[in-house]
Amino acid sequence: MCLAIPAEVKKIKGEYALVDFGGLKRDVKIVLTPEVKVGDYVLVHAGFSIQEMDIEEAKESLELWEQILSAT
Amino acid sequence: MLEFRDKTTTKALIKEIRKISPQNNIKVMHVCGTHEMTIARWGLRELLPKNIELISGPGCPVCVTSASEIDFAIKLAREKDVILTTFGDMLSVPGTDSSLSEAKSQGADARIVYGIDEATKIAAETERQVVHFSVGFETTAPSIASEILESKMLKNFSIICSHRLIPPAMDYLLSSEDIEIDGFICPGHVSTIIGYEPYGVLAEKFAKPMVVGGFEPNDILLSILMILKQIKAESPRAQNEYTRAAKKEGNVLAKKMMNDVFEICDKGWRGIGIIPNSGLRLKDEFTEHDGEKKFKVEIGKSRDLRPGCKCGEIMKGKAIPQDCPYFRKACTPENPIGACIVSSEGPCYIAYSYS
Repeated sequence: MCLAIPAEVKKIKGEYALVDFGGLKRDVKIVLTPEVKVGDYVLVHAGFSIQEMDIEEAKESLELWEQILSAT
Repeated sequence: MLEFRDKTTTKALIKEIRKISPQNNIKVMHVCGTHEMTIARWGLRELLPKNIELISGPGCPVCVTSASEIDFAIKLAREKDVILTTFGDMLSVPGTDSSLSEAKSQGADARIVYGIDEATKIAAETERQVVHFSVGFETTAPSIASEILESKMLKNFSIICSHRLIPPAMDYLLSSEDIEIDGFICPGHVSTIIGYEPYGVLAEKFAKPMVVGGFEPNDILLSILMILKQIKAESPRAQNEYTRAAKKEGNVLAKKMMNDVFEICDKGWRGIGIIPNSGLRLKDEFTEHDGEKKFKVEIGKSRDLRPGCKCGEIMKGKAIPQDCPYFRKACTPENPIGACIVSSEGPCYIAYSYS
């Protein structure tokens, strides 16, 4: 129920956006994240985009893990 | 996302966890079915030191929806000329005597929708009454709120409001004297909405580490490492591991919509009991969209648990599915006795699938 899946925004269509779940595409409602743009990654839950994904933060997480790795 | 599953990183994280792990037993609880899915699917419990125990808490909305709410939905769908919509798992969850799927097989018009917007679309295209049986935590509630705000003109649309809030449930568990918890992996997707400030309040109140965790195996392991570091440093606080999606303040617009539409109420959690301030109900101005007020349906005395069913204890983290006499025997996903074996995020379903 709380499953949310990342998807890339391909096209904005008013309250909806066409998003790509790595191949599977569908329209989701973007009223909870109205500022998303084509090319952004969003988390989709029950047909709604609920939050933008921060790609820079994702990269930083990976770098943080690299540090853990190199310290051991 | 594959990098978040990188085995070299996994090994390094495990090594760090072993290095920092104290001698005494540590119980880490999570409250999210998707976390349990990651833990079971990747066998993370087996990778951890024996004294680090990962406990599954009440993180499955389908599992904690009261039998009385399900009984109401079943009777409504059976007796009134309504189209009842709900999320997939809710159809099979047993109420006191039957389920919505049984009612459907006997002629009730119960339909599965992926999102609430599909339910309002149905309402816009029919004269009949459409009632959405609406369950879910803070992850789901904003989409419901936004649709209620948009559907003000839809006189034939209402919801059975069965939404619950996670931080009050964590507060309840931490306040229970018979449940031991040394730290929480906080639910990542709930946190994309509420942020992680509410956990700071709990961390201070109970002096327990609270780490918002993502859903890849390395996310879970790093969250555990962060909890252990907090325990070692005796510095319990709210921290965020899931930085790529959960922000400190969460989704401000989504929170505003929730506040505009819902108000907080006490709520019964199936098998656990009433948890103060843990539920949402529609504000008075949205009464015409409140299915429970709109339709007069009398239900009999409801029963959350069959005698012997351990779902309540499992939800509280006091038992595991294998402790239940029905598990895998009389109770299976195809023929559920308890609610925890129905949803793919239910702890019994996950244990059934992966062990």
